[in-house]
Amino acid sequence: MSLQAEIKKHFSGFDLEVSLHTDQGILGILGASGSGKSMTLKCIAGIETPDEGRIVLNGRVLFDSEKRINLPPQKRKVGYLFQNYALFPNMTVEENIAAGLTGSRKEKQEVTERMLRLFKLENLEKRYPSQLSGGQMQRVALARILAYEPDVIMLDEPFSALDYYLKEQLQLQVKAVLDAYKGDVLLVTHSRDEVYRFCEKSMILERGRVVSFGSTKGIFKRPDHVTAARLTGCKNLSRIRRLGPHQVMALDWGISLTTKDAVGDEIEYIGIRAHDFYLADRAPDERGKGSAAQSASLREPEPENRFACRLTEELEQPFEKDILLMPCSDQEKERIWWKMNPDRYCQLDGFSVGDILQVGVRPEDILLLKA
Amino acid sequence: MDWSPIFISMKTATVSIVLTFFLGVWAARLVVMAKSPKFKVIVDGILTLPMVLPPTVAGFFLLLIFGVKRPLGRLFLEVFGVKIVFSWAATVITATVIAFPLMYRAARGAFEQVDVTLIYAARTLGFSERKIFWKIIMPAAMPGVLSGAILAFARGLGEFGATAMLAGNIAGETRTLPLAIYSEVAAGKMSAAYKYVWIIVAISFIVVVLMNVLAARERRGGRSRRFKSGQDKKTENR
Repeated sequence: MSLQAEIKKHFSGFDLEVSLHTDQGILGILGASGSGKSMTLKCIAGIETPDEGRIVLNGRVLFDSEKRINLPPQKRKVGYLFQNYALFPNMTVEENIAAGLTGSRKEKQEVTERMLRLFKLENLEKRYPSQLSGGQMQRVALARILAYEPDVIMLDEPFSALDYYLKEQLQLQVKAVLDAYKGDVLLVTHSRDEVYRFCEKSMILERGRVVSFGSTKGIFKRPDHVTAARLTGCKNLSRIRRLGPHQVMALDWGISLTTKDAVGDEIEYIGIRAHDFYLADRAPDERGKGSAAQSASLREPEPENRFACRLTEELEQPFEKDILLMPCSDQEKERIWWKMNPDRYCQLDGFSVGDILQVGVRPEDILLLKA
Repeated sequence: MDWSPIFISMKTATVSIVLTFFLGVWAARLVVMAKSPKFKVIVDGILTLPMVLPPTVAGFFLLLIFGVKRPLGRLFLEVFGVKIVFSWAATVITATVIAFPLMYRAARGAFEQVDVTLIYAARTLGFSERKIFWKIIMPAAMPGVLSGAILAFARGLGEFGATAMLAGNIAGETRTLPLAIYSEVAAGKMSAAYKYVWIIVAISFIVVVLMNVLAARERRGGRSRRFKSGQDKKTENR
């Protein structure tokens, strides 16, 4: 079970140039809106035609621009779950599920009944899509695809139309179904949680190009591209100027930092995840604030990188606190996000908005990023 | 009262709407499925023309096509022994030609409003283009198509200018209701005209009511369909 696709398509504005392959399992495609994620799926499905390229599914050539092969979607055996589910409004649930089936009436009925059971849709088979809830519609849409037994299933932002509580429930159900499915799966999303939860491997698209491809956990842990860092949730990104093999000047913050890994020529940005900051030595005139016992237990190994920041805002969230910092500088700088877990809130006792803090970050937590 | 205008109009309008319906739907399908934007624009312009031209101008052009001295008119005369001009068939032809653009535009609009992801989904599930048209597009477009048909029927029924040019105003043969009203008023027989007028008003009223019923059904079915075949914000917890 495998899919290989090389797709080139020209648009006014940007060019789509994607190369991907899957080999069992679920491949996540993560990217901002307009980065070409849906267009990639549509090219694989045959709904859109690339200008150049080659698409091979399980050894069958679906598209080859050189050999002038371009199978219509009807012949590709692909399953496509649209963001709006695309259930046929003039057909009942059971008619929708059976829509792609061929064979005798009895065979169709058997498959339909099996799908109704699998997706817990019994008693709904005579309803029309307008009489279903969002979660039910999604299950019918998935049932319709699985009944068709495609060679690959592509999900285009399947959870973005659902509200928060429903999303989590459905994600579990869908995960169970996908794990049982034997073919390849492509999951397009802009949600990093979904990608992390569902996909062993992912690829990150930016303006039509693949900027990262590999194990999802690996990309999250050590993104090597600024877009990958941004999409996996890194909030603090700065352009840099290289000062030495392990030394950079973060231009957007006006801070000089030491890194653990060597800084190559291709590195144009650094990123620091919002959880990776520490309160360093107090500034000389701040000593005395906060209890000595607390500061002793919380003082982490003194990070090499230390810089002064003004505390500009404290944002309380249900389960974490966000601190916004402005690096001290005579010029206007970008602010820094620091996310703090509840057990470390007391570090900031005695500090209030407007105070200067000494903030530190460990060299190994500085991500070196290409652009 | 002379009932012949009523019979003539009914026969004409009925035959004409059948022709108009199929021609309009077929043309709309052709234009919607066409790939070339230039084709769409040019063909659409030509097909819409009879609606935009003054009916007497349309009638003039029809005479140019079907007149006995013209190629097509002569063909009919010599091969089929039928003279189109000033015949009942001419009332059908004019009603159809004038009503056609209405049917075509309504059908085209209804087809283009069908959610395109339904068509994509059908394609990925193996539906042939013909199956897509009859099982996906037509059912979804039906309210719009039907309301177009009703409008086209009413337009064909009320056709006057072009009919007068091509079919003439021959009592008992080609004098449709609108022509009869004109003739009675021209002769000063107002009470006779009144009767014909009320019949047309009654039919027009029924037409309007039917169209509103269909529009309401399209709005209700369409809105919930467009929302619910896709995104439904009011989800129940299940």
